Amino acid sequence: MTTIIPRVRVPATAAPGEIVRIRTLLTHPMETGRRKGPDGVVVPRWIVTRFVAAFAGETIVSVEIDPAIAANPYFEFDARLEASGVFTFRWTDDIGAVYEVTQDIVVG
Amino acid sequence: MLLDRRGAIRAGLAAVAALAAPAVLGQARPRVVVVGGGAGGASFARALAMGGGGGVDVTLIEPSKEYYTCFFGNLYIGGFVEFASLGHSYAGLAVNHAINVVHDWALAIDRDPRQVVLAGGGRVPYDRLVLSPGIDFIEGAIPGWDIAAEARMPHAYKGGTQVALLKAQVAAMPQGGVFALVAPPNPYRCPPGPYERVSMIAHHLRATNPTAKILIFEPKEAFAKQQLFEAGWSDHYPGMIEVLPDAFTGGVERVDAAAMEIVAGGEVTRVDAACVIGPQRAGRIVQVAGLTDATGWAPIDPFTMRARADPFVTVLGDSAQPGDMPKSAFAANSQAKVAAMAILVDLLEAPGFAPRYANVCWSLIDTDDCVRIGAAFAPTPEKIATVDGSAFLSAVGEDAETRRTNYLASLAWYAAITNDMFA
Repeated sequence: MTTIIPRVRVPATAAPGEIVRIRTLLTHPMETGRRKGPDGVVVPRWIVTRFVAAFAGETIVSVEIDPAIAANPYFEFDARLEASGVFTFRWTDDIGAVYEVTQDIVVG
Repeated sequence: MLLDRRGAIRAGLAAVAALAAPAVLGQARPRVVVVGGGAGGASFARALAMGGGGGVDVTLIEPSKEYYTCFFGNLYIGGFVEFASLGHSYAGLAVNHAINVVHDWALAIDRDPRQVVLAGGGRVPYDRLVLSPGIDFIEGAIPGWDIAAEARMPHAYKGGTQVALLKAQVAAMPQGGVFALVAPPNPYRCPPGPYERVSMIAHHLRATNPTAKILIFEPKEAFAKQQLFEAGWSDHYPGMIEVLPDAFTGGVERVDAAAMEIVAGGEVTRVDAACVIGPQRAGRIVQVAGLTDATGWAPIDPFTMRARADPFVTVLGDSAQPGDMPKSAFAANSQAKVAAMAILVDLLEAPGFAPRYANVCWSLIDTDDCVRIGAAFAPTPEKIATVDGSAFLSAVGEDAETRRTNYLASLAWYAAITNDMFA
């Protein structure tokens, strides 16, 4: 069975008001359900359908994902932070699995 | 004037003969010296000797006494071919084609008076010179990765013992260990090669070390046959392989071969075995001959493979700027045929025909699951260009029989090209 590995890169520290780059990578096959495997049988659809990033409990990025997105979806975004807190990153796929990572950042 | 010519055919044979005459007609036989005995140089030397019918004196300078092909090295890592089967003798070139094979290292090219300076102290004069030394790695491009570090973090990208070393290091990984491949930026030798290599290492690990992981540190936004490899990895090695693009990691800053660490974006990754395929440029002799430009590769005349910087020197294979062609053994062999024809037209007033090039690269993902990419190419004044409509690429989801047929074709190609180089 495939192990799905979520990875994030968040700076450990930032100055108040500084814009920091947040990078996320989920190694996921993003099977469209339209491809045949080596045995000639269609590989079942299995895609990540949603990515949500939150900071201090508040959603800051929310992405709906369709089968056209390639394998191993990579998202990056910038955030301006005024206080320390915890990022939560959550991917949900269409077999009901949820992959979640949290990461602290110290602002000050 | 030679520099301005766009191929012997267009210029006309009379003009060629007039230019060539002072250089060669006073001698018994014109001398052609080839530096580098790989897919470009060996193919060229053999094609020239055969096409010249004894009318050309051919010398091949190659330090190795036996040549181990870089191509199919990945299949050895995967356990599909024996190491010994990758080795080929130069004896056939001497015995069957009267080629003077000199096992020495070309240190420098003296372009006036047209001599190759050998490490052993000798000098070899030439009327026409062909350089086909393959690639070199750019020194210092990855801090911490130097010739000493290659013992722990082999590139295994020039064939031979490095490939054997990499296979041994993968085999010695602890259960559940981590293997990392640091992939090269464009342009580089064999675009799908690093990813076939990952496939073959995964094939080995699946049988011997199924909880092991493979990380690819990837500087390119996309790589050759990417969708085919990703689907194949998902089918055959689910969960084993992770691609870490530079966009995510920030890029590899340095490696530490003693500690087996790869540092990317300030984050240290400890690995149990690693293959580092660094940024590349033309082989050293092409650099020191002054035939490269700012790209690090040698610009060539697309009709003849002659260096733009010197009409008496031809550059073949990976060291050349091949336009739309990839750097591959197939491509080098194809370029060798064009170059041999151009030199025979030039020196012997032999008949020429319009040059055409071809390339096919096969990549084995798992047993009998082989994908291919290829195209035909033709020269334009600017570059070697893909012939419209000639490009082909395996499809995601195609049937197993097609993939197996590809594999059998790749085996047949290996036999054919090594025959074309050494028989």
